[in-house]
Amino acid sequence: MSYFPYLAAGWILLAGLYGLVTSRNLVQAVGCLAVAQSSTYVLLLAIGYRGNGATAPVFSDLPTDAPVVDPVVQALVLTDIVVGATVTALLLSLVIQLRKRHGTVDPEDLTGLRG
Amino acid sequence: MTNALTLIALLLTAVTATAAALTRDPVRQAAVLALLGLCLALLFTVLQAPDVALSQLGVGSAITPLLILLTVRRVRRQEHSEESSDRTE
Amino acid sequence: MSRTTRLGLFLTAATILAAALITAATELPGFGGSRHPYGERAVAAGLARRTANIVTSVNFDQRAFDTLGEESILFGSVLGAGMLLRLARDERKRRAAAEPVLPTTRLFGATLLPVTLLVGGYLVAHGQLSPGGGFQGGVAVATALHLAYVAADYLVLKRVRPLAVLDVADAIAAGSYAALGLIGLAQGAGYLANTLPLGTFNQLSSSGLVAVINAAVGVEVASGVVVLLAHFLDQAVEIVPRGERQ
Repeated sequence: MSYFPYLAAGWILLAGLYGLVTSRNLVQAVGCLAVAQSSTYVLLLAIGYRGNGATAPVFSDLPTDAPVVDPVVQALVLTDIVVGATVTALLLSLVIQLRKRHGTVDPEDLTGLRG
Repeated sequence: MTNALTLIALLLTAVTATAAALTRDPVRQAAVLALLGLCLALLFTVLQAPDVALSQLGVGSAITPLLILLTVRRVRRQEHSEESSDRTE
Repeated sequence: MSRTTRLGLFLTAATILAAALITAATELPGFGGSRHPYGERAVAAGLARRTANIVTSVNFDQRAFDTLGEESILFGSVLGAGMLLRLARDERKRRAAAEPVLPTTRLFGATLLPVTLLVGGYLVAHGQLSPGGGFQGGVAVATALHLAYVAADYLVLKRVRPLAVLDVADAIAAGSYAALGLIGLAQGAGYLANTLPLGTFNQLSSSGLVAVINAAVGVEVASGVVVLLAHFLDQAVEIVPRGERQ
């Protein structure tokens, strides 16, 4: 159990990358990128986790000396999820533009981009 | 108990993520991504990160799949219109 | 590059990456350990600024400058997507038709819309106290508005969504985050320093600048996501190439 969450994060990253490399559709590739991105969330939160009854870092109903999990990694992940969604949107709008100008969403047919 | 729960959530997330990466059809992938969003939200709750889980729930299971579906609809509609214009030529 | 070459290249790279990841994972402190030096310092600093939700404190106080950068990425992405998806010269808009909706769906959407809107507002407002904050609450508010599309149709969604106002709100909120940082500078402390009155711990008015920045981010995320989805919905529903009859 001690290293399993980190390895699971690594597995998710590799699965996302595999999908990205073998993708034949740019919309699907953006989805795979989202999968690869979620591996960083799993890794960061796994590192910040603290066992033995430590709770979320919110002190509105906790004594101020209660053990809590690491809030720093949570803050990093939290903003990235929302910012990541807008970046996904930017990529998808690029795909829509590509479809309009080059008539395909298959990366292998994008011959107009070569050279 | 918590350990078992974390383990289940982690395995669920890893399996759904693999399925999402291997799904070729973007429409089906959007559905699997929504499921992945839910699994991640569950995992984050188990890992005592309710703030992150809330964020993931909104983005991962609603906004990202919706954006993908809308993009697919835009791309497919163009295909239909091109097919019909090919026939008239 | 042929598909087999590409796959071979990926498998080689993936093997190396996997080996590196496994080595790195075994060097990390074990899962669920009790040594969290950064976390403990962040908790102490957050409590000193009378912020009950330490995650919000880290985001909008301790690393407020970083969050300003991330918020600029968000703003830039919304702007970029808007530029890419604007009406091109060879396209025109058609009127979206009103669509029939099941009565149960209509009831479901009409009930859920105000509830979700309220939950979103609550999440933003209590960001410094309970789990939630500008980022999550903003997303909830933006999603809530789109229940109008589920409950009725695109025309109704367009009526509950003042796009021109939201466009401006997005820009103003993004700018006001940067401007709020000047308060600290004016009081001689430093850019984005939390120099406002801190209030009472665990009250709505606690945590000084954190609550204000949190609200600005809430407005920005909510309007940004609505604007973004509006552009995509326009593309999917309304915009057609010129000359196409429908």
